[in-house]
Amino acid sequence: MIYREAGDFKTSYRADGQTFPIRLDRWGYYAVLAVAFGIIPFVINDYWANAVLVPFLIYAIAALGLNILTGYAGQVSLGTGGFMAVGAYAVYKLMTSFPDVSILIHILLAGGITAGVGVLFGLPSLRIKGFYLAVATLAAQFFLVWLFNKVPWFYNYSASGQITAPTREVLGFAVTGPATSAPAKYLVCLVLAFLLAWVARNLTRGSIGRKWMAIRDMDIAAEIIGVDPLRAKLSAFAVSSFFIGIAGALLFAVYLGAAEVGEAFGINKSFLVLFMIIIGGLGSIFGSFAGAAFMVLLPVLLKNVLVGNLGWPTDLAAHIELMIVGALIVTFLIVEPHGLARLWRLTKEKLRLWPFPH
Amino acid sequence: MKLTFPALVAAAVMAAGPVLADLVVPNLSYRTGPYGANGTQYADGFNDYFTLLNERDGGIGGQIVQVPECETAYNTEKGVECYEATKDTGALIYNPLSTGITYQLIPKVAVDKKVLYTPGYGRTSAKNGRVFEWVFNAPANYWDGASVAVKYLLDQNEGSLEGKTIALVYHNSAYGKEPIRTLQELGEKHGFSLTELPVEAPGQEQKSQWLQIRREQPDYVIMYGWGVMNQVAIQEAANIRFPMENFIGIWWAGSEIDVQPAGAAADGYKSLTFNGVGMDYPLYDDLQTHVIDPGKASQGGQHVGSAVYSRGMYAAVVIAEAIRTAQEMAGTAEITPEQLRDGFENLSITPERLEEIGLPDFGPEIAMSCENHGGSGMARLQQWDATAGQWTLITEFTEPDQEVLSALIEEDSAAYAAEAGITPRDC
Repeated sequence: MIYREAGDFKTSYRADGQTFPIRLDRWGYYAVLAVAFGIIPFVINDYWANAVLVPFLIYAIAALGLNILTGYAGQVSLGTGGFMAVGAYAVYKLMTSFPDVSILIHILLAGGITAGVGVLFGLPSLRIKGFYLAVATLAAQFFLVWLFNKVPWFYNYSASGQITAPTREVLGFAVTGPATSAPAKYLVCLVLAFLLAWVARNLTRGSIGRKWMAIRDMDIAAEIIGVDPLRAKLSAFAVSSFFIGIAGALLFAVYLGAAEVGEAFGINKSFLVLFMIIIGGLGSIFGSFAGAAFMVLLPVLLKNVLVGNLGWPTDLAAHIELMIVGALIVTFLIVEPHGLARLWRLTKEKLRLWPFPH
Repeated sequence: MKLTFPALVAAAVMAAGPVLADLVVPNLSYRTGPYGANGTQYADGFNDYFTLLNERDGGIGGQIVQVPECETAYNTEKGVECYEATKDTGALIYNPLSTGITYQLIPKVAVDKKVLYTPGYGRTSAKNGRVFEWVFNAPANYWDGASVAVKYLLDQNEGSLEGKTIALVYHNSAYGKEPIRTLQELGEKHGFSLTELPVEAPGQEQKSQWLQIRREQPDYVIMYGWGVMNQVAIQEAANIRFPMENFIGIWWAGSEIDVQPAGAAADGYKSLTFNGVGMDYPLYDDLQTHVIDPGKASQGGQHVGSAVYSRGMYAAVVIAEAIRTAQEMAGTAEITPEQLRDGFENLSITPERLEEIGLPDFGPEIAMSCENHGGSGMARLQQWDATAGQWTLITEFTEPDQEVLSALIEEDSAAYAAEAGITPRDC
């Protein structure tokens, strides 16, 4: 009744092609942005930043990146953890080698370096597909982790192989290092997540995104209608790795502050991000955020409820938490194999007819 | 989805805050994951000692000690979450029992002004209190361990290791990599050659490493392992019939659960330790009366007296002594983290004091100062007796080779100070 297209007249093609054609959606989007940029930075505390919002935003960026590759271009990748490690080590080397350059530039450069590495490991995708490609990217995961463990240059020859982010500032506010305030941490991640989501949305509905989807749906047919698979696949790898590299750089520099490649960027991370996009919804920007929210926030929520409110022993709660999250994943996938994004879409379609369904 | 989750989490967090006041000593434990078997025992020992103080003495200096537990699963991200969740509840001190989490917390505690106590693990160069104001790693650190092991081997070989080979089997993480530089230096000094054999976490797969040991036949194997890695390594060593008495683990590779799976084959395996083993101490009588019998033991007291349990209890003993020192110095029972740091810097645990506590000869003598946050670094060796099913102490507390170590600590802490922009304090 309220949520509908009727009465919302579009007078230009531009208006007709916008991301949120329904007025209520648009308002919702602006409201979320207003809250995220205008209210949360003033009320956020360390716990909220470090345990909830910063990891959520960082994983959302990683999920966006993987969604471009897997969801839009159809190339399965298990190398996400390795590519995040590239971003983290790139930003570490840049931060320590060029301390005077802004950290934001370093983060973007780290994304660029990861894009290059991603293209390199994307080359096999020109010959192999599906499970075989997954195995090739798995090799990238193990190779990259091994590399960062093996070559001391990457961790500046520190005794333990740990990398630690020094303090760097943006506009006089520390955004990395221990003295970073919660709003600074949050805002850096939020600005990057917002910009990257905006880029991803516009890339995927433009000609590049259509080429990716054509390749995903049937590569031979796409080639026949004039899509160059080499450029389409490699550009998907490049853009995806750029996003993932930025996520890795943020994870290390802003969120964790210190990292160790095997522990922070192991195969588990690849699976975690893959689960995020499967649960959130393949080929959906909203799905990337929803999936990241599900996988990051649910364990924290369950832990707080079980240990904090119900007073259970921590180990019992930790085990139950794994079981609940696992059961929820299975249930979600049985009820809606296309993920939370599809669920959201169905809800909106039902809302349009409410309260008078046919 | 996006909106409802934070709202729910908010509700949960609001309701979850522990009561302020008292002495809060959070226990960032791990009872799940690949290291859960070891982490559980440590956490139990840590909890039980504070329970004993609360039950028997009414806390420390009349203040009840609260030990809120938070599960980290040895995972750094969960460790950060636990730290953030507990730091505003009046927490005084952290002991995360994970080198990875320690590295994360070292810069943070300096800003939040919390004490970080990492007995026998963490960043070795934190011993230099001029750079690491808030971090303490007494009684011994990884480099002390490596040096004490080499000293023991020197004793076994009439003072010379010339031409010997030592293989280092290590957990390929910050923890396992720590001793490499020390062992290299010691190798140059004493003329032994070092073979480095990294094992990928969690360490279930070690066939190739032990194949290499079988082929190269090193004289000794030193292991820096934790969790399931220890059990697998000892089993593999038994499989290739490596002489167990030439196999020395660091203190984290020296608990009952590490050797028991290999059964009789593990007999003679040695490991370092900086705390006493077994239950032959008067303190256990009090523990029985005040904690175990009334059913207040952590997890039912099933691990009381095990090697890792004793180590967790020893960590609690040192923290309790530091709190007591801080209370005496500050003249108040309700101390702040700053006062606790001063308490640590003036901490002195003499053999007489240990005897008063009911743990005679349980740990080395500890005397800390502003520049020395690591104590004497003394450790001793224990050997597994498979038939009796218990550890036997085989050496007295031995001093490490401070000549080699202090130069390395100076170098590493200077590198950290330069990287983090810290000006070393004057002491």
